[in-house]
Amino acid sequence: MTREIYITQTNCITPLGFDVVSNIEAIKGGNTGIQLHENTSLMPISFYAAIISDEKINGAFEKISTDKKYSRLEKMMILALEPIVKKSQITLDSKVAFVLSTTKGNVTALIPNSEEGFQNAHLDVLAKNVADFFGFTTQPIVVSNACVSGVLAISVAKRMIQSGLYDHAFVVAGDEVSEFVLSGFNAFQAMSDLPCKPYSENRTGVSLGEATAAVLISAEAKNAQIKIIGDSSINDANHISGPSRTGEGLFRSIQNALKEAQIQPEKLDYISAHGTATPFNDEMEAIALNRLGLQNIPINSLKGYYGHTLGASGLLETVIAIESVNQNILFESKGFDEIGVSESIHVIRKNENKNIDLFLKTASGFGGCNTAVVFEKVKS
Amino acid sequence: MTPKKTYIHDYCTIENNEIVLNGTSIFKAEPTTFGDFSKQAYRNFDIQYPKFFKMDALSKLAFLGAELLLSPITSSEKENNIALILANNSSSLDTDVKYQESISDKENYFPSPAVFVYTLPNICLGEISIRHQLKSENSFFIFDAFNTEFMSHYANILLDSDKADSVLCGWVEFFDDNYKAFLCTISKEENTKYKNQTIKTLYNK
Repeated sequence: MTREIYITQTNCITPLGFDVVSNIEAIKGGNTGIQLHENTSLMPISFYAAIISDEKINGAFEKISTDKKYSRLEKMMILALEPIVKKSQITLDSKVAFVLSTTKGNVTALIPNSEEGFQNAHLDVLAKNVADFFGFTTQPIVVSNACVSGVLAISVAKRMIQSGLYDHAFVVAGDEVSEFVLSGFNAFQAMSDLPCKPYSENRTGVSLGEATAAVLISAEAKNAQIKIIGDSSINDANHISGPSRTGEGLFRSIQNALKEAQIQPEKLDYISAHGTATPFNDEMEAIALNRLGLQNIPINSLKGYYGHTLGASGLLETVIAIESVNQNILFESKGFDEIGVSESIHVIRKNENKNIDLFLKTASGFGGCNTAVVFEKVKS
Repeated sequence: MTPKKTYIHDYCTIENNEIVLNGTSIFKAEPTTFGDFSKQAYRNFDIQYPKFFKMDALSKLAFLGAELLLSPITSSEKENNIALILANNSSSLDTDVKYQESISDKENYFPSPAVFVYTLPNICLGEISIRHQLKSENSFFIFDAFNTEFMSHYANILLDSDKADSVLCGWVEFFDDNYKAFLCTISKEENTKYKNQTIKTLYNK
């Protein structure tokens, strides 16, 4: 019999708050972390992004460690993991995996004369620094698969625990807003000149954001909120910097994940989608969802609250979606006005109460990658 | 689940200006840069794929290895459910450094989308998927050194759970003209060629 896999704890560090409770309160209140920034060390022109203040990060970090050696991102990752590791009381032995998801890690170490040495730009060094803070004894597993990394990390952890290799996995995901990614998205003309508006008629692109999120994935049902019941990550095999027009990879990822979960598409109560607010991505998602008959399932993108947090997004959005399940509430897809995709989808316009037993999380990214994971509420 | 036995079918190593397929050297160039070496290899194997020249070095390296292993076993007439799992140490840092240079000097600020897209290690998986039309599982991992144990476990998980019919997995490291690629194909189909070998023993050969 296949082992059942659960998410038993969650946490996140974002511009809206440094724990899940404060993030949910902010979302319920309709707040967004996206603001207008004028900072020429990040961008020659002003830009919208969701950025965490250094003071808040340092202030929170000082409460758990006086060590000065950690980078800003490492502090954010440690802050996300620390309460989970502590609360779990799990001995960090050979049956406990540490999975880290990021796209660019400490990319700021590449800036000429940066305080951090060049070595810190290596993702395995970042992972080791975070792992050693807690004393993980297994080799860190770093997932770096563009914008699906955060949700793919859940899938990797689930698969490894299911195979019996580990009993528990602590998963952390994070990325920062840097000059590197801002200039790159800007060069692609993919940046929105207003806070991003996923699925909307007048959407013009992404707002970038930064965050870290962490979860404990386990074969033990104790304290479990959510069960992971299906997952898949299929490539479009179409284009490296744009999604497939037919949504082929996403279509197949969702189809496979539902098949493994043994769930009929119409049984889903909610979809936490990717919704970056670029014209092509959102259109592609609408097409893939319609091909699967998922056009009437309530859907949101949380990018309107957090911006696109790259390698953190999939895990952060799963953490928030789990709270939707726990509190029986569907959150408004912030920034949405008039439908701006060619095939209809049921975008959530206002917070509403709803019992959620089954939900789907999706993500898509550069390189043609897509990931879909199906989750089920654990009935107590 | 009861794991079924899996078998290594073919493997390929690219390093020091040489390509070795299943233990036999099939192409060797005089010492030169990777850019030149990869171009010579492309011509030597008569690969017809002009997009190759737009790729960054990491993608070229992974592409060449995949080309030799996948071309004989894939066809455009059928679905090829071959998962791609690659890993390395330097992620896309070779291209990241070049991209950072294009934005560090404010007098010479030229961020290029064509370079930026390669600042992700999994882009090489996309390139291979497009070339061989693999609408299949793919993921990229980073380790300080090739974690052969993880790689075999993960390949077996994909095969045992029927998420893939076969797996192309391996190590594709590129930074500052230092490179090493090791790729192999694994499936449940019996193959006695490498019965007593593992990814680890073949990698260390």
